[in-house]
Amino acid sequence: MSDARTAILARMRASLGQRAEDTARRAAVADRLQRAPRGVIPARGQLDPAARTELFCKMAEAVQASVARVASAAAVPGEVCAYLKTHNLPARVRMGADARLAAMPWAGQPHLEVASGRAEGSDLATVSHALGGVAETGTLVLTAGTDNPTTLNFLPEHHIAVVRESDLVGDYESIWDRLRQIHGKGVMPRTVNMITGPSRSADIEQTLLLGAHGPRALHIIVVAD
Amino acid sequence: MSADAAPAQTPPPAAPSPRVGLFVTCLVDLFRPSVGFAAVKLMEDAGCTVEVPAAQTCCGQPAFNSGDRADARDIAGAVIRAFEGYDYVVAPSGSCASMLKKHYVELFDGDPAAMERANLFSAKVFELVSFLTDVLGLDRVEAAFSGTATYHDSCSGLRELGIERQPRKLLQSVEGLELKEMQDSDVCCGFGGTFCVKYPDISNKIVSEKTRCIEESGAELLLAGDLGCLMNMAGKLKREGSRIEVRHVAEVLAGMTEQPAIGEKKRG
Amino acid sequence: MHITSPAFKDNARAALDDDALQRALGNVRSGFIGKRAKAAAALPEFEQLRDAARDIKDHVLAHLDLYLEAYADKVEASGGHVHWAQSAEDARRIILGICEAKKARTVTKGKSMITEEIGLNAFLEEHAVTPVETDLGEYIIQLRGEHPSHIIAPAVHVNKDQVEEDFRRVHTHLDPARNLEEPTTLLSEARAVLRDKYFQADIGITGANFLVAETGSSIIVTNEGNGDLTQILPKTHIVVASVEKVVPTLEDMSQIMRVLARSATGQDMSVYTTLSTGPKRPEDPDGPEDYHVVLLDNGRSAMLGSEFQEMLRCIRCGACMNHCPVYHAVGGHAYGWVYPGPMGAVLTPSLIGVDQAGHLPNASTFCGRCESVCPMRIPLPKMMRHWREREFSRNLNPAAARYGLGLWAFFAKRPAVYHAAMRLAIGTLSRLGRRSGRFASLPFAGGWTRFRDLPAPQGPTFQAQWAKQRKSA
Repeated sequence: MSDARTAILARMRASLGQRAEDTARRAAVADRLQRAPRGVIPARGQLDPAARTELFCKMAEAVQASVARVASAAAVPGEVCAYLKTHNLPARVRMGADARLAAMPWAGQPHLEVASGRAEGSDLATVSHALGGVAETGTLVLTAGTDNPTTLNFLPEHHIAVVRESDLVGDYESIWDRLRQIHGKGVMPRTVNMITGPSRSADIEQTLLLGAHGPRALHIIVVAD
Repeated sequence: MSADAAPAQTPPPAAPSPRVGLFVTCLVDLFRPSVGFAAVKLMEDAGCTVEVPAAQTCCGQPAFNSGDRADARDIAGAVIRAFEGYDYVVAPSGSCASMLKKHYVELFDGDPAAMERANLFSAKVFELVSFLTDVLGLDRVEAAFSGTATYHDSCSGLRELGIERQPRKLLQSVEGLELKEMQDSDVCCGFGGTFCVKYPDISNKIVSEKTRCIEESGAELLLAGDLGCLMNMAGKLKREGSRIEVRHVAEVLAGMTEQPAIGEKKRG
Repeated sequence: MHITSPAFKDNARAALDDDALQRALGNVRSGFIGKRAKAAAALPEFEQLRDAARDIKDHVLAHLDLYLEAYADKVEASGGHVHWAQSAEDARRIILGICEAKKARTVTKGKSMITEEIGLNAFLEEHAVTPVETDLGEYIIQLRGEHPSHIIAPAVHVNKDQVEEDFRRVHTHLDPARNLEEPTTLLSEARAVLRDKYFQADIGITGANFLVAETGSSIIVTNEGNGDLTQILPKTHIVVASVEKVVPTLEDMSQIMRVLARSATGQDMSVYTTLSTGPKRPEDPDGPEDYHVVLLDNGRSAMLGSEFQEMLRCIRCGACMNHCPVYHAVGGHAYGWVYPGPMGAVLTPSLIGVDQAGHLPNASTFCGRCESVCPMRIPLPKMMRHWREREFSRNLNPAAARYGLGLWAFFAKRPAVYHAAMRLAIGTLSRLGRRSGRFASLPFAGGWTRFRDLPAPQGPTFQAQWAKQRKSA
């Protein structure tokens, strides 16, 4: 359909009164793509680290996520077990191959069964590790790969997401900077999930209901580091 | 046009006795001259010299909003000429004032000289209550009215000219008047100029919602700054058998309420 | 989709007489407006962000050809396929071609207004491919054989008891005696039914809220998570997006994202904002093996450079219809095609022709509430007026209206004649109305007096009284 491409672009140029070889327009576009200028950044998230963590937790709770703060990575398996127990869930979770999760003392929870790999439709609870979190709206950011398969974020009834306190940032733009550092400018992981609370719908008479197709519950474990 | 627009651009400083040309508006001219006289009184009391150019008819909105730019442009040109030489042009209507102030300039695209004249004209145009408060700095009036009133924000005044606090501030100074806000005072009454006769069923539904809010406010008197909206709401209230009276806000602010309310017969 | 826009007046009357619809429309007024106002008020930079979002889109539209080229190059560099569709028919053919190549029997769909615009579902069904809508609202209306009546709340015209009836009618494999009293039981039932569909589907089709030129990513914004299951579980993911969805960078997307959910539902952020770039990588355990983007023009390139260019800033948040008194009165179906409310009143004539959709830009009071809440600051009333100008110049409006307008303009342009004529007319009218102060009916004023009284004139015109007064002074 390259004919269609040519035709559409030609029509656009004609409507705009522009020619394809216009170097000034090309330079303007290349410049913006290269510089990626930031726009208006809400002051709300521009805080010192302690206040930023507070805001992240507050905003996440405001959208019906639950938040637990733990002192170290070593405390995460215990918190996961406590969460499952409180919610009367079987002691079974699924997670990916994330090195940070793998380094945690899961063996210290003898009753907990840890399955690995992508989620099945039947998983009740999964654990994934977030790239970071955005304080301005209590948003988690997760990237897909063998370490954290995307299906873990959407198929279970309960999604438990671990995020390091030092990975919390004030605004979305700081996350894009991180991604560029990791993957290079203009390159993205296959999937980036920004998640703000558990799944919901208001499609029936505008009544807000949790757990539409994705998780009914989102539990965030913030790890001090 | 937006609710958050600054209430009018910074007005030129008021001269000691500014010469004001009153743009009467066609509906006030034809249906409710008392609003025009109330406007004259309010401005004269505030120290203005008020004149009423005879060479005015209508602001041109019926043509403009029907897609008839040529007639709208002719009328706009005539209005601009009729009001040359005045310090200010004031209309007792947010809708007509906004036509003069915001939309005339749009009509002269491609004619720089006419556009320039329209821009100069535009800077002098104000809606009556906004003129009294924002330009003349009035924060109270000498008037009395015994009873409860609710105020409807007409759309153009509210969203194009930022008129919201001004009438309420002046109404609060009217002795004996208690203001009771209705729910959704900022929602359209369903008049919309020719809309109300082109789509009468929809207009009727919208004005019915409005009269419900008016009734629920518990006020005895409905006020607004636009006669089109007022005639629509009064017409519906009367059809529903309501006892609520309806007046233009200028009548109450000027203390000129001896005339029967809109759609009411002469007393006695 | 069958167009009923020419019958707007009949549609509107039917909608006004439909009690169930009127009950449902109450939810629009009571829900969205307060939530948006609260979310906007809670972010001090909200108005600045609206300006920034507008400026970004204006920049994009002025360079749309170039950003699309950059975007398409990036998609292809990440292993995806880009298809260019000039028309709805082209887009349908391209999508069917992919379905046929994959021997697809079922496709799941995320919520997408563009696939409504191109009439995809009916077309796929005609060609033995079963589309399954997965957004709860879309699922409900698919069961009902309807189209969305709102661009973000497609089933806003449906009441809970109607949903219950539909579920009992269609989900016949479930116990007929089950209790579906609570909305949450309806949701759970839909969740369970659709879970299987995600796994069975051969292809997932979604729309896109943004396309990022910098990275070649497509972005969907949802609350339910259905869009994500649609795009990660099947082996093939097709994104259908109109050309104006492209933004330069992730930063630019973030600016617009900050006004999108706040304007739409009053959330600070929707629950899921997902950026997809190309097919899954060799090492990825999940995600689609094939990733296609269908870029749809369908009349948009002709809007560039015209008085309707600014309409292409629209991000489909629905704030305009949520705040529109006409939409509140008649709902979305009355508009007669895909896009209702103020944005539909401007966009629909561009896409299906003003001869078909002429009522839409006329059925507005110009109250301006839509523009006052539009996150992209689109001057919707002004553009509706532009459509009226086009209709007027093409003689498309009714003869009686033109005649009346012409007569009025004749007088309005001649002040002396006007004042003399009005003195006579108003004199007569005020004498007739003196007794009651108003008219319950009047010849030539039936449009007014059918539903309300006409207040009678007070007496002589202002101009007549003023002239007399000043003469005697």
